[in-house]
Amino acid sequence: MVDEALKADLQKRGIFVASFEDLYNWGRKSSLWPLQFGLACCAIEMIATAAARFDLARFGAEVFRPSPRQADLMIIAGTVTKKMAPLVVRLYNQMPEPKYVIAMGACAISGGPFKEGYNVLKGIDRYIPVDVAIPGCPPRPEALLEGLVKLQEKIQAQRLFGPNRARHTDTCEAGDYPVPTYGAHDLEPPLNPQVFQPAPARKDLE
Amino acid sequence: MTEILEAIQSAFPSADVGILTNPSPCAQHSLLVAGKDALDVAKFLRDGLGYDFCSNVSGVDWPPKKVREVVVRKETVDGVESEVKETIEREVPGYLEVVYHLFSIAKRLGPVILRLRTGNRSDEVSLPSLTPVWKSADFQEREIYDLYGIHFEGHPDLRRLLMWEEFTDYPMRKDYVAPDDYEYEPTPHDEILAKVGPPKEVA
Repeated sequence: MVDEALKADLQKRGIFVASFEDLYNWGRKSSLWPLQFGLACCAIEMIATAAARFDLARFGAEVFRPSPRQADLMIIAGTVTKKMAPLVVRLYNQMPEPKYVIAMGACAISGGPFKEGYNVLKGIDRYIPVDVAIPGCPPRPEALLEGLVKLQEKIQAQRLFGPNRARHTDTCEAGDYPVPTYGAHDLEPPLNPQVFQPAPARKDLE
Repeated sequence: MTEILEAIQSAFPSADVGILTNPSPCAQHSLLVAGKDALDVAKFLRDGLGYDFCSNVSGVDWPPKKVREVVVRKETVDGVESEVKETIEREVPGYLEVVYHLFSIAKRLGPVILRLRTGNRSDEVSLPSLTPVWKSADFQEREIYDLYGIHFEGHPDLRRLLMWEEFTDYPMRKDYVAPDDYEYEPTPHDEILAKVGPPKEVA
């Protein structure tokens, strides 16, 4: 590692010193290509974020791809119904590594106002890993930008080598997750225990 | 409403049609038609009386219920006649209901409310589809089939509309039990409260 003081000193003289990891992650985080799909009203806010007033292009994530093969960021923008959930998981599986997921809005995080209903998935994190959750109903464009910046910080901090390296650098790690099937009463299975464990009951309720 | 009923009865003397009164202040009464006559009555309403637009179709689930009635009967004890009030509990079987809201755009009339009822909630759940009469009933009848389980005979494409094909339950019925995937609720109530117990005092 280069000494920070030396790095700053060299920078003043017009010499930029960076580790390969920093440069590689800087390139990845500055050009996230989101998958172009929206599920409910949060998608309207996502569209507003991408449009001129809020301008997602300032953060390098303006290239919405209509194909999962060309996307590396999935913005779950809206209510995931149980009928839609297998398709969302399948789209996630079709995305190449490295891939990231932003759960946008209360519904994508937990089911939101429809949590007690029979037809809405109680959070997409039951089936796929979520990197950034943005609360709100729907979140404002500023919140989505904040979420994107948080994801960029997360990508910048990812290690490519060593024991704590990022998931996509480990070829043994599975990049796809089982797609649930339509059951007679509910999705089968109702959650993927590999990525989701139900929250423990509150202490004061025991 | 009575004129419409009389017109229907004169056109179909054998039809099983009645008026279901609404005791609330809006007094929006409706026509209760038996399933076997529904298609004839619907065609007459459209072609004969000009109700050319079906704006809304909804389903209603009426589960079996117990009704308490007070019956007064006369009793003679030791030669003295007296009136005795007695409460009788009566079981009313459940049924499913479809409600059609009809308007006439040509004559600026409506709404006329048409109600059809099934025999019970388990095996006699067939009713004639009114989609051949009013095309706008198509998706709404599919939705009622999906959520209440009423089979519409003669519907051109009776499939589930909102839930998936493999789903076997009818979620809008009163006795539907949703899958138990409770994990955490900030303010537990009803069954979940019974499951986790009352909140303990937090020091």
